[in-house]
Amino acid sequence: MIAVRVGHLYPDYLNIYADRGNIAVLARRAAWRGLAVELEAIGVGDPLDPDAHDLLYVGGGQDREQALIAPDLAARGDALLAAAATGTPVLAVCGGYQLLGRFYRERSGQELPGAGVFPLHTVAGERRMIGDVLLECELEPGERRTLAGFENHAGRTRLDADATPLGRVVAGFGNDGESGYEGCRVGNALGTYLHGPLLPRNPWLADWLLARAVERRTGERPSFEPLADDLEREAHAVSARRARHRGGRF
Amino acid sequence: MRPRLPLAAEIALARAAARLSRLARTGGGTTLPGKLLTRIDPDALDRLAARLPLGSALVSATNGKTTTCSMVAEILSPRVRLAHNRSGANLVSGVASTLLAADGAQLGLFEVDEGALPDVARRVRPRAVCLGNLFRDQLDRYGELEHVAERWRASVRELPEGARLVLNGDDPQVGDLARERAGALVFGLDDPRHAQPGLQHAADSKWCLRCGTPYEYAAAYIGHLGDYRCPACGHGRPPLDSCARDIELAGLESVSFELVTPAGARRVRLPLPGLYNVYNAVAAASLAGVLGASLDEIVVGLERFSAAFGRFERIRIGDRQLLMLLVKNPAGANEAVRTLLAGGAPRLALIALNDEIADGRDVSWIWDVDFEPLLAELDGVVASGERAAELALRCKYAGFAEDAIEVEPDLARALDRGLARTSPGGELVCLPTYTAMLAVRQIVAQRGYARPYWEHAA
Repeated sequence: MIAVRVGHLYPDYLNIYADRGNIAVLARRAAWRGLAVELEAIGVGDPLDPDAHDLLYVGGGQDREQALIAPDLAARGDALLAAAATGTPVLAVCGGYQLLGRFYRERSGQELPGAGVFPLHTVAGERRMIGDVLLECELEPGERRTLAGFENHAGRTRLDADATPLGRVVAGFGNDGESGYEGCRVGNALGTYLHGPLLPRNPWLADWLLARAVERRTGERPSFEPLADDLEREAHAVSARRARHRGGRF
Repeated sequence: MRPRLPLAAEIALARAAARLSRLARTGGGTTLPGKLLTRIDPDALDRLAARLPLGSALVSATNGKTTTCSMVAEILSPRVRLAHNRSGANLVSGVASTLLAADGAQLGLFEVDEGALPDVARRVRPRAVCLGNLFRDQLDRYGELEHVAERWRASVRELPEGARLVLNGDDPQVGDLARERAGALVFGLDDPRHAQPGLQHAADSKWCLRCGTPYEYAAAYIGHLGDYRCPACGHGRPPLDSCARDIELAGLESVSFELVTPAGARRVRLPLPGLYNVYNAVAAASLAGVLGASLDEIVVGLERFSAAFGRFERIRIGDRQLLMLLVKNPAGANEAVRTLLAGGAPRLALIALNDEIADGRDVSWIWDVDFEPLLAELDGVVASGERAAELALRCKYAGFAEDAIEVEPDLARALDRGLARTSPGGELVCLPTYTAMLAVRQIVAQRGYARPYWEHAA
């Protein structure tokens, strides 16, 4: 049996928006495909070997928790970049997404250092951007998909000119409430503000990440049989409808 | 500047609006008259509160404020005429509406929304404020916990001279407010036999307020509430002035404990289940004591108490019974689950998740609830409410069999399904979010089995 090794960074600190729901979806869907999942929590000061994981996850925290782990995360920039460079899929949500950029500048002007995996930086704004969101993405050429979730962030994330966003905002604020884009993608590393949690109502993305994790492990990309995702589709439809009706805008 | 009506004329106008609201069947008039009054005169609440001869007391917390406040009312009401926002309308408008409807009241007793506390306190100028706990809750509405705590701290600093604080020392953020004001009364639990084996997933304030080191817990009771101490800098739980000791949980029916107060110690049998209600009772006893109640009055009031509506409320429906436990955030839902399990787990549960503003539009919190121990006992779940499918996913990804989950977003039909699957004489357990709870009560009331919510305000 193939074992997918999942590294979950700072689960004790970064777990504010039900990040464990994303982990549960990865673990269950892997199991339904006959894959084993070895889940490892990576805490402050723990070693991070860029070759030790087939998938990395970083969740979101409140300001205080994020400030507590930011220096430790920033110091892991090289290891994370090395992991991403070998194709390790990464999912970073909300605070984790911000801290994998170059820096996060608070309203006071103080800067939290980032790990520098994503070519972006984030500056705290006055009004929080809160609401349901709907994105359109094309992670594989020609395969248009949607992601539905919820966002709640004060940070305005600015991508570098040549950076690739995760998706186009159909409804909601997105990275900064004005660019029309959300998230960031570097190879198999994805960053996004969408929680909800993200993966239960967007299972195609869970499968995308798992397929790349298996490829990272075995050198071959599997083609998964579809699962019975009726509930997931229904939850996605409700969430997408919410975004269209009441997604945030300035 | 607009000419101001005499207060009496403003009151008459706003009361007419309350009657209109009930006639139009748009609600119970629990917030509209207050909204109207504050529109006519933004300072009306200040003036109404200033007329109370015994002043006011405020109760705020993420969880338990309605129950705590109702317990205090039960203790004080034989002797003092109260203006009490019993229906749970706990913003400025709700407090104003309550004062409008309470002719001849001597003392104001108000539960206050965590976010509205600074504004209400500034206007009402309370003589006592009881603060219970801060948990992650409706982050889309309140923002982050730290920010609520900062606003509370600023509000506490601005309280009138002589105002007494009653604080839950078991919550690091709340207990630390004792340093802001002399004479604070600190309460908590003191019975490590009921401690959790470890901190729950939904524990929030688990890093030292001063230095960020993880607290060490001699006992963690609910979420991050307990007897904590920082191993690095020594910041820990303040000494308790009041507490509950020697706690005996008796399933779904009751709990008994020794209530230790500055005025002495007494055994109390509370006709409500769960450790969280012990926190509510100790908070209520502490606040009532500060407001002048004797230990006898406190014990009698607590033992006579029955649940605030929707919070462990039993409603007879024909030959079956509905048991409602309001769930609204991870810490509270965990306690509902723990209480159900302690009473012998049900086989079926109706869980209803709405996503209106009062529920929180962000439903991610259901993934932070430890539903797993309950699901392990259930044969079936009826998932209902506007986000029924999301709830069903929560169960599915907990490993619950998908074919044992019935998804029925419509609450009336879901209730029928649940009742049909409950045998005659049996009890259907319902875990609704706030607006789902109100809707279920309305459905049951329309069928003639329960009173509409505003009648509780009478």
